Amino acid sequence: MSVDTSAAEMRQGYALQVARRYGMILAVALLLVVSFLLDVTTGPGNYSLSTVAEVFADPMSHGVRLKVIVWDYRLPVAVTAVLVGALLAVAGAQMQTILNNPLAEPFTLGVSAAASFGASLAIVMGFSVIPAVGPLLVTTNAFVFALATCGFILFAARLKGVGSETMILFGIAIFFTFSALLALMQYMASEDQIARIVFWMMGSLSRASWEKIGIGTLLLCVAIPFSLYRTWPMTALRMGEAAAESMGVDVARLRVEMLICISLLAATAVSFVGTVGFVGLVGPHIARLLVGEDQRYFVPLSALVGALVLSLTSLISKSITPGIIYPIGIITSLIGVPVFVSIILSTRRERLS
Amino acid sequence: MTLVITKLCAGYGRARVLHGVTVPEVPSGAFVGVIGPNASGKSTLFKSIAGLVTPMNGQVLLDGEDVTHLRRRDRARRIAYMPQAFGCNALLTVFESVLLALKQTTGWRVKSDNLDRVSDTLKALDLSHLASRGIGDLSGGQTQMVAVAQTIVRSPQVILLDEPTSALDLHHQLSIMSSIRNEMDRKKPVVMAALHDLNLAAKFCDRLILLREGEILADGKPEDILALSEIGETYRVITHLEQTSRGNLYVDARLP
Repeated sequence: MSVDTSAAEMRQGYALQVARRYGMILAVALLLVVSFLLDVTTGPGNYSLSTVAEVFADPMSHGVRLKVIVWDYRLPVAVTAVLVGALLAVAGAQMQTILNNPLAEPFTLGVSAAASFGASLAIVMGFSVIPAVGPLLVTTNAFVFALATCGFILFAARLKGVGSETMILFGIAIFFTFSALLALMQYMASEDQIARIVFWMMGSLSRASWEKIGIGTLLLCVAIPFSLYRTWPMTALRMGEAAAESMGVDVARLRVEMLICISLLAATAVSFVGTVGFVGLVGPHIARLLVGEDQRYFVPLSALVGALVLSLTSLISKSITPGIIYPIGIITSLIGVPVFVSIILSTRRERLS
Repeated sequence: MTLVITKLCAGYGRARVLHGVTVPEVPSGAFVGVIGPNASGKSTLFKSIAGLVTPMNGQVLLDGEDVTHLRRRDRARRIAYMPQAFGCNALLTVFESVLLALKQTTGWRVKSDNLDRVSDTLKALDLSHLASRGIGDLSGGQTQMVAVAQTIVRSPQVILLDEPTSALDLHHQLSIMSSIRNEMDRKKPVVMAALHDLNLAAKFCDRLILLREGEILADGKPEDILALSEIGETYRVITHLEQTSRGNLYVDARLP
């Protein structure tokens, strides 16, 4: 019946599994590097990889024109794709864990709807939540609204007890509220403003800038170590709330901590590039299929897969029609969904090993 | 190591479930069965001992120390509670899921000693062959065994098992109970288990506590407790204690 497995064999099996997981992370990281390089070299005006690499090493080596193209345009876009993909995927991964729901992603809690409303408020009314932000008006408004929404959910959850159903229901309520408010804004807007709102909502990497990249990187540098620090309680939470509690995890506190972390990540990502759905869902899902749910591997790999997905999206958005860059929000869904569905259909449950 | 419970009152919100439960000294190495009908307060009693429910009144003393004064981590290491009805869809292997139970109280880094403890535990529970299987692919009995593994891997001083044998077939019921017995022989913890099967309780426990509506009705040796007429009254049946030809106790029950 049962084959006798010695302790040494069990440990060996585990060691092999760990090695395989690091291998997966390394493989995705390599793919990301390739995708990033392709992203930087692709675009209007065909410059070879070596030319771009030279400009990368010495900005002025091929004249001002190339310096501007590479350093001020392509590189920020490519880096932002990687960064935002990682931000969204980490937020999605944590959200799925604390809500115990594989469908959760930052937008499930109405974060993107709130951000879109904030942006539209800036576009239509010129109204700023934080005064004197100048050209960053739309971004700050989106950020403040996204963060305030998360704050509200946190507050409501504290009042009613931090159950996962409560939080999802609140998220849905918020989503509908802000969608209605957004529709109201569009109703009041001029044609030109409607165009701007719609474009904002589609999500675009062309709003990239080095300042934003700095902020995003900083955030990720705090969020990932923090998630790793909380890795054991978070993994325990996957065994169910009661089991985690009995193992000594303060579930309510963990949820609040993680929700704050998620809020910052999601609000930042959304305010930088607009609505890019799906990455927060797909990144963690693929990562889970590859390495399971030990958070020590799951969180970093989610970040990498998310980054890879958005980086590839950025590449595709430039490659479909030469000279035209499609909004990434459209690409993620149109190309991402069929790919995602085929991944789900082609993987069996017992893939874990 | 001893466990003492004095005048414990506990509940949820305003609803009081336990009304002054007192359990005199339970010495280490004792297997205490807690019996009583549904909603008699068995789970609440266990949760209070594990510190998951804060008592409204009374105390749970572990070696003379109030468990509510223990730090969460220390408490989880010393008192392991296995909740009822376990099962989840997490993509984790059996090995990982037992490791994570151990890692909650043993620092971040996985040390060689941690891996030894996990593999020893799996071996002791005869789960070695399942080590690299996903926990979502297990049968009910195997899942329950993994939950037991998650509980004893911490080498706790007190093990609280909430209906460990519910939903299991006869083979698994016996194998869970005897693995717990083995663990007790090795490390001498206090074990308390909420049990519905009186015959199983009679077979494995050294002491039985009969709970009804949040109060202790009787506390003593299985042969004494199971002979009481209160057993029948509590469960609203008529019971009769018999001894089988092999010397085991057998509770015969019928509806009044």
